[in-house]
Amino acid sequence: MSAETTVERRAVVAPPPHITSPATCSGIMLWVVIALAPAALWACVSMGVPAIRMFALSVGSTLATEAVWNVIARKPQTLKDGSALVTGVVLAMSMPPMTPWWIAVAAGFIAIALGKMLFGGLGFNLFNPALVGRAFVLVSWAGVMASAPGRGWFKTLDVAATSGYDAITGATRLAVAAADRAAGGVYGFDLAAQYQPLLWRNLEGSLGEISAALLILGGVVLLAKGIIDWRIPVGYIGTMGLLSWAFGSDPIFNILAGGVLLGAFFMATDYVSSPMTRNGRLAFGVGCGMLNAVGRFYGSMPEATTFAILFMNGLAPLLDRVFKPRVFGWVKRNG
Amino acid sequence: MRTICVCLVLYISRSIGSTWLQGVVDLGKGAFKGGIHPPDRKAATAGCPVQWAPVPARLVLPMSQHLGAPCVPTVEKGQHVGRGEVIGSVDALVSAPVHSPVDGEVTAIGPWLTTGGTRVTAVTITPDAEQDLESYVRVQADDARAIVRAAGIVGMGGATFPTMVKLMPSADTPVDTVILNGCECEPFLTCDHRLMLEMPEKVVEGARKITEIVGASRAVICLEDNKPDAVEALRRVAGDGVEVRALPTHYPQGAEKQLIWAILRKEVSHGKLPATTGALVHNVATAAAIADAIDTGRPLMERVVTVTGNVARPGNYRVLLGTLVSDLLEYAGGTVGEVGRVIAGGPMTGPALASLDVPVAKGTSGIVVLPLKDAAPRVEDDQPCIRCGRCSESCPMFLLPYAIGNYAARGDWNGAGRFNPLDCIECGCCSFVCPTNRPLVQLIRLAKAAAMLKGVKP
Repeated sequence: MSAETTVERRAVVAPPPHITSPATCSGIMLWVVIALAPAALWACVSMGVPAIRMFALSVGSTLATEAVWNVIARKPQTLKDGSALVTGVVLAMSMPPMTPWWIAVAAGFIAIALGKMLFGGLGFNLFNPALVGRAFVLVSWAGVMASAPGRGWFKTLDVAATSGYDAITGATRLAVAAADRAAGGVYGFDLAAQYQPLLWRNLEGSLGEISAALLILGGVVLLAKGIIDWRIPVGYIGTMGLLSWAFGSDPIFNILAGGVLLGAFFMATDYVSSPMTRNGRLAFGVGCGMLNAVGRFYGSMPEATTFAILFMNGLAPLLDRVFKPRVFGWVKRNG
Repeated sequence: MRTICVCLVLYISRSIGSTWLQGVVDLGKGAFKGGIHPPDRKAATAGCPVQWAPVPARLVLPMSQHLGAPCVPTVEKGQHVGRGEVIGSVDALVSAPVHSPVDGEVTAIGPWLTTGGTRVTAVTITPDAEQDLESYVRVQADDARAIVRAAGIVGMGGATFPTMVKLMPSADTPVDTVILNGCECEPFLTCDHRLMLEMPEKVVEGARKITEIVGASRAVICLEDNKPDAVEALRRVAGDGVEVRALPTHYPQGAEKQLIWAILRKEVSHGKLPATTGALVHNVATAAAIADAIDTGRPLMERVVTVTGNVARPGNYRVLLGTLVSDLLEYAGGTVGEVGRVIAGGPMTGPALASLDVPVAKGTSGIVVLPLKDAAPRVEDDQPCIRCGRCSESCPMFLLPYAIGNYAARGDWNGAGRFNPLDCIECGCCSFVCPTNRPLVQLIRLAKAAAMLKGVKP
């Protein structure tokens, strides 16, 4: 009975299923980082030390905050689930590269402490931690964050203008477009001419605005790996484009500029703070796009993406209730 | 690109009329929503012809190898019984008698552990030295239904519901389509595959007999398209009135409600019997047993069992009911390597054995010695839900497993009950896909039990 003795010593009794998919939490988080890597690395190459400094500060701050929190709260260490790393990278990409170091550290601390750990850690937070951190510093140090061009931003934008002006100077293409719109188009800012720099190399704005093409590449990787649901980015970007067109602007420019792509592929798709039902996700994406477009064209702050997603985060549980799927077999036909 | 490929395959298959390609084209018709694609691990035994396992030193026959009323032993200790003789029965509709698979002597009657982990009364038989497995006591009964009943036939896919009861459709739910389930969507198992490949005429004959008994108009034998050889074998002998359908390989295609949906595009309504859709689903092994019983009076005394995983000689064995798993594993050369679990049936739904001294019963389709490296992490090692939604995407019943699980984990049974736990078919897809290893099926089972206690009707 050699079979019996060897088996009975080692085998375990457990409920089925006895096999599991290879997907793990840290594996998923790692893929998010991999998907962000092309844009992040390109930002580091293009901007140099300021970008590298931002990533180091932000990621260092989120990781340290989570580690220290777990030690103080006497909880098992959770760094290896990878979510703090993702928060740190996403947060850095949403910040201007010349942001003072202490603001970056504060954003990382708030993101993890207030955005995640206070709620009970990964899985329990209502809002996207990175956006909580970003919103906190935006509102707290509005003067510093939205300071004159040249302070927070890597460089300011100078483009040749038409109709009597020599050049337009602004913080970002989005800001120039807004100013031009507000002035009734007197600057003649050519939105279509901005596609190429926005797609490939855009040094104005946050780190994540470096290249729309690389962000789309990352988003496609996540979609292909089945890590994110297409409903959120498609709903988001589609609505953004449609409403931009309805508001009389260039839809492609409005999708490529600002935080829309970073938000649609990497922030709104955060599992914990987005709905879990299929239709809920679509509604969530559409809601993000609507709020973002309205905020961009009619709001007083340029940070429409941040607050659009945060607002929809708050609605996510309600969307899940509204869009609860019909259970198989709950039909009137077949008797 | 994909559209072009599909069109191309369609065009080629239509033009040359290839059976195999036709099977590929059939894919599009069969899918259901949700489900998973676990690694199938069938290669180790798919090529192993069915061979007899030896008569062991003793057989232990539980009196409850079926759903419903347990049988009462009709023999006494010390009594000599013949192969095919009834050793346990009970006068209840939902039940199935138990027969002795050998000539031998009853040496004990008492409680014995089963594969499901319960202790039931069992009759232990010590076989005679000389055995003639070709002869047996024939089942005597008047009509086909009575023969099926007397032969002790139950659902052999694992559900073990007494087959005769399913052959009595009520007048208000007539059966139109008989569906034979040869999907075998569980990883590792190949017993139904080999049966269909080696005895296709018997399976088809079973389909005809069931169709006749219930007065249906057609029969459909369903397989997953990972068994093209069995599809071909069945199609060769199918003939009129029996259709062979290759469905996409997709777990849980063999679940009754998903199978009916794939074939008829009808949903079995909540709380209703599958017969309300006009379909009657039987496992292919059950159908073969029905054909045997009616044609030759053979009671259910043995079945094909896939023994696979970390064993020295994996294969498909025709095993006498009551053979202990330890004897069967020893015949298969014993276990090798590091063993995670020993499972009766497939790894998605089968119970893990607490002891190897449990008998093979009518519903035991396989003994899977799961390698340690393939075994799921311990259920205690779960992490909080990260709300990724994979569970609800994979649920073939469109449930929200995370919601039921999160409420159940807190003991909030009212909250869990709002998310229809009683509709869960316990296929295990949600637990399988969960990246944080939440024991979702187990939590849903708790929620089900709580709902039943409250008197909610399933």
